Amino acid sequence: MSVLVDKQTRLCVSGITGREGTFHSLRNREYGTNVVGGVTPGKGGQDVEGIPVFNTFHEAVDKVAANTAMVFVPPRFAADSILEAEDAGIELIICITEGIPAHDELRVYNTLHKNGRSRLVGPNCPGILSPGKGNVGIIPAAFFSAGNVGVVSRSGTLTYQIGNVLAQSGFGNSTIVGIGGDPVPGTDFIDVIAMFQADPETQLIVMCGEIGGDAEERAAEFIAEYVTKPTIAYIAGFTAPPGKTMGHAGAIVSGTRGTAAAKAAALESKGVRVGRTPTQVAEAAVDLLGS
Amino acid sequence: MDLLEYQGKQLFARHGVPVPAGQAARSVEDAINAAEAIGYPCAIKAQVQIGGRGKLGGIKIANDRAEAEEYARAILGMDIRGLTVHELWIEGASEIVSEYYASVVFDRSAKAPLVLLSTKGGMDIEQVADEDPDAIAHLHVDPLLGFQDFHGRRLAFEAGVDADVVRPVGAMLAKLYEVFTSEEATLVEVNPLIVTPERDVKALDAKVTLDGNALFRHADNAELRDLSGEDPQERMAQERGLTYVKLDGDIGILANGAGLSMSTLDVVAEAGGSPANFLDAGGGSRADAITSAVEVILSDDKVKAVLFNIFGGITRCDEVAKGLIEAFAQIEPTVPFVVRLDGTNGEEGRKLLADAQLPNVHTESTMDGAAAKVVELAAAA
Repeated sequence: MSVLVDKQTRLCVSGITGREGTFHSLRNREYGTNVVGGVTPGKGGQDVEGIPVFNTFHEAVDKVAANTAMVFVPPRFAADSILEAEDAGIELIICITEGIPAHDELRVYNTLHKNGRSRLVGPNCPGILSPGKGNVGIIPAAFFSAGNVGVVSRSGTLTYQIGNVLAQSGFGNSTIVGIGGDPVPGTDFIDVIAMFQADPETQLIVMCGEIGGDAEERAAEFIAEYVTKPTIAYIAGFTAPPGKTMGHAGAIVSGTRGTAAAKAAALESKGVRVGRTPTQVAEAAVDLLGS
Repeated sequence: MDLLEYQGKQLFARHGVPVPAGQAARSVEDAINAAEAIGYPCAIKAQVQIGGRGKLGGIKIANDRAEAEEYARAILGMDIRGLTVHELWIEGASEIVSEYYASVVFDRSAKAPLVLLSTKGGMDIEQVADEDPDAIAHLHVDPLLGFQDFHGRRLAFEAGVDADVVRPVGAMLAKLYEVFTSEEATLVEVNPLIVTPERDVKALDAKVTLDGNALFRHADNAELRDLSGEDPQERMAQERGLTYVKLDGDIGILANGAGLSMSTLDVVAEAGGSPANFLDAGGGSRADAITSAVEVILSDDKVKAVLFNIFGGITRCDEVAKGLIEAFAQIEPTVPFVVRLDGTNGEEGRKLLADAQLPNVHTESTMDGAAAKVVELAAAA
């Protein structure tokens, strides 16, 4: 098993006719993901290398039974595209777009939460990879193989780095979920950790956090109460100065809040091992599972 | 994007938040003219994005023309905690009976705007929160519903504002919320919010942070950026579309992706080094972006060695190698470089670098090895 993305995934890509959208849709299809369609308003009836393009998500749901959306459109159109996918009844929406206005994210989050029909992963995330089953997003699948480690992360390249050191220690992955680096993620650590806890294939959970917000602290509380599987954490940004946005919109230490040290301490106080470097995460994995 | 006080007050005025009338000035002469037009007594206030400027001599009350000139001369060009004062705001001095605190905050954790009101204004609100948390009334607003009149009343009664100003304080909160949503701010703060002897309520200060990602919808606000407060290297990086944060150390760093970049700084620090900067070359780093990035890193003359840590996903290592080779052709760096290329097209990238035989460029295969090497080179320099 795996979480969120698997052989049942029927993917429809918003922004499929754009340069990046086309490139990654085809890469996802090549990996084995069932890419059933794309959406670009005004280009309905065309196709991208055999993938049919629709004008609306509603059409994609009606005609090809899309159940998962990937949003690749520029930031000013992204909130609208997510809301359209939700309105069309798509259950899982993965938004890759970076740079969406914070108030748009607030409106989207609260609308989806109120309606309770769809899960949003992202925005500003690399997507979800279940090795051997499906890849939705931009994670370079070549570095990962199927296995029993579930990874959830706020950062893309850091996930590749940690996935790579885990792979070098002989570990594969059940699923890798990028939840994104924005201040209002649709899906949080807690949501994904709960899925990994319930997933029989996942035997070890790795969470990669970073400075800003309190999602890691809340995850620590959740792990202490509900998670029986071994969990390892990594936090990026120990050297980040306060008041500076470190690349991700959500990665900022505000005054004394949201520091890496506070997050690591919160996790460690609940018995979660925290690696100080990506390499230490792999070493902890070897300790906990054996190589 | 943080606004200066007067820029915040001008936004407030546009939305009907009562603020003292005033004028901005960039010279002593303009300041005197403004003071004469406004009348005395008037407040002469340094415009810098830092708290506590009053205690550091950045705010003075002038009672006549001579004082206005004296204070304007003293404050313009003054250094306040590392920031130079380039602008003044001159406004009519206000008589104060009570000082309150009000703010609208983007609460990431609750995924909703949080409105705060306290009668303990004029002091550091974080200190109030620590010492007397009950003195701050707070309320989350459903962003789909918006701020209602009852929210304002409830906060005003809970905070315990004087009974006769419950209504105007509530009305001000509604307008501050309007500023927050319609200007797409992530912070709107008034400290102090004052009550005058005439029982008027006014925003005597304004602290506004706008969402940089929303500026495409607010062309007027996009022009308010205060470049004077920004570090020259940070400005240079921004003009080139790079995400760069200046730090105090001597090891220049370039990585791809925010998380890996932060992690690279941490690993260098763990290895005993001190990073000079954060630089995220971005998800799809191309050769010309790498060349620009090298220029920005080396423009900081404290840098003694540079570390490139790339794990290619969308980024292709051969593009990064090409960019580095191009940068060496253009700038001829004098400091050593340590380069770690892994991930997409890693082999091609490493081969390009090996063939180019750049002077004083060391390749390492792991992140930890690369960090150890660059720390060693910086220490030897």
